[in-house]
Amino acid sequence: MGKRSVIPYGPQHPVLPEPVHIDLVIEDERVIEAIPSIGFIHRGLESLVDKRDFNQMTYIAERTCGICSFQHGMGYCEAVEHIMGVEVPDRAKFLRTLWAETSRMHSHLLWLGLLADGFGFENLFYQCWRVREKVLDIQEMTAGGRLIFSVNKIGGVLKDVTDDQFKFILKTMDEVEAELKVIQGTFFEDYSVLSRLKGVGVLTAEQINALGAVGPFARASGVNVDMRKLGYAAYPHIDFEPITSNDGDCYARCYVRLMEIYQSIDIIRQVIAKMPAESDLSVAVKGNPDGEYFMRVEQPRGEAFYYVKGNGTPNLERMRIRTPTFANIPGLCEMLKNTELADIGLLILTIDPCISCTER
Amino acid sequence: MANIKRSPWLLHYDGSSCNGCDIEVLAALTPVYDAERLGVVNTGDPMQADIFLITGGINEQNKEVVKQIYDQMPRPKVVVAVGVCACTGGVFKDCYNILGGADTVIPVDIYVPGCAARPQAIIDGVVQAVGLFQQRLDEHHAQMKKEA
Repeated sequence: MGKRSVIPYGPQHPVLPEPVHIDLVIEDERVIEAIPSIGFIHRGLESLVDKRDFNQMTYIAERTCGICSFQHGMGYCEAVEHIMGVEVPDRAKFLRTLWAETSRMHSHLLWLGLLADGFGFENLFYQCWRVREKVLDIQEMTAGGRLIFSVNKIGGVLKDVTDDQFKFILKTMDEVEAELKVIQGTFFEDYSVLSRLKGVGVLTAEQINALGAVGPFARASGVNVDMRKLGYAAYPHIDFEPITSNDGDCYARCYVRLMEIYQSIDIIRQVIAKMPAESDLSVAVKGNPDGEYFMRVEQPRGEAFYYVKGNGTPNLERMRIRTPTFANIPGLCEMLKNTELADIGLLILTIDPCISCTER
Repeated sequence: MANIKRSPWLLHYDGSSCNGCDIEVLAALTPVYDAERLGVVNTGDPMQADIFLITGGINEQNKEVVKQIYDQMPRPKVVVAVGVCACTGGVFKDCYNILGGADTVIPVDIYVPGCAARPQAIIDGVVQAVGLFQQRLDEHHAQMKKEA
């Protein structure tokens, strides 16, 4: 039995783009226990419901996280729409699905890049981010912003997409698909990549269920959970099956996320093919929300839910966001036990942590 | 830009930003925007960094962390506040946990606006920071010569 020591990891660390602090209890090179402490990015944005009315809160909700910004806005808007009994026009629903999937694509490409950087493959990191820029171009052209584009409003969306833009999107999807096929080979077959990913940080489906993990992290262990199947936005009209893997290791998480990019490409093609004819993009919303609702959406990182409670005044009584990374942290701590110190950075990355969401 | 003699290294720290600006800082370093052609390199070590890019506002918990990172950097140093939250606190200014922009705890030299700040704006901020760094380095050397 070796000597035990505690190594503080973070908050400022080269592998982590965001600050999170983990105390690692080490015995020789092996991790015995991981104790996280969070709160470095806590802003307290949920408390802004006292100062902003429910329409303004859309923009606050969008700034919960810069990566899945659109989906945060969408989740919040759908929750308020349910309370107020607003039926969103079909075209707006399809447009929301389109932007939700482009967000997923750029988030997963971003993660693949960070993963490559995490195991020291800088070239692959740059390749992933080069492809990601094409997806951001779509968002900038259709919605006017690269990351935070605020096209959601309660009752619909603010911007329409023209036929020329749809053609551009389809052309870009073909390009992204072709380039992803090249990148995919390196992730799935390269000897050095496999040696870092295969069999590292294995979690079984039982552990995932017990720890309540969500999203690609859970799907990589064979747990078939995908909130898109609940049928919000235009997902009931889209034909897709959640991607799962049974290995439960880092390679499986990489596989699930990479395959989900192809799935998103497929969903975007379906959305454009089934897009309803031009119509109003939003309906007028009268009055103030009175009542409460739970909205669950599938973000790139997993299930997020929004609890909104209104009391008939412009200011909501409560807004609560439970984000996927928060649900995945117990899984991460379980996974970090009995691993090598050198793998820690990589393992933290494989849950795709979004600390900004988690701490709000 | 013609007078650049050194290759300053960048350090990025996420104060309490929403991730948007952090990701744009990274995007500014990747091939499409390629801030590295200006001679800057991204580093994770405060001890080796010359330019400090901070995103997001200051809150109670990261106050000490930001101060510590700033103190660990060797002189001369330049601080760039990226994004409107790092400049003033942005949309989160009224949140109970936000004390304000980065300049509430450390001196900020260059402010890059935007929500999220665009890579072009970040590169512009970095170019100015590189110029300012060179100027401060020259002053620092002149001071050292005088003392010797």
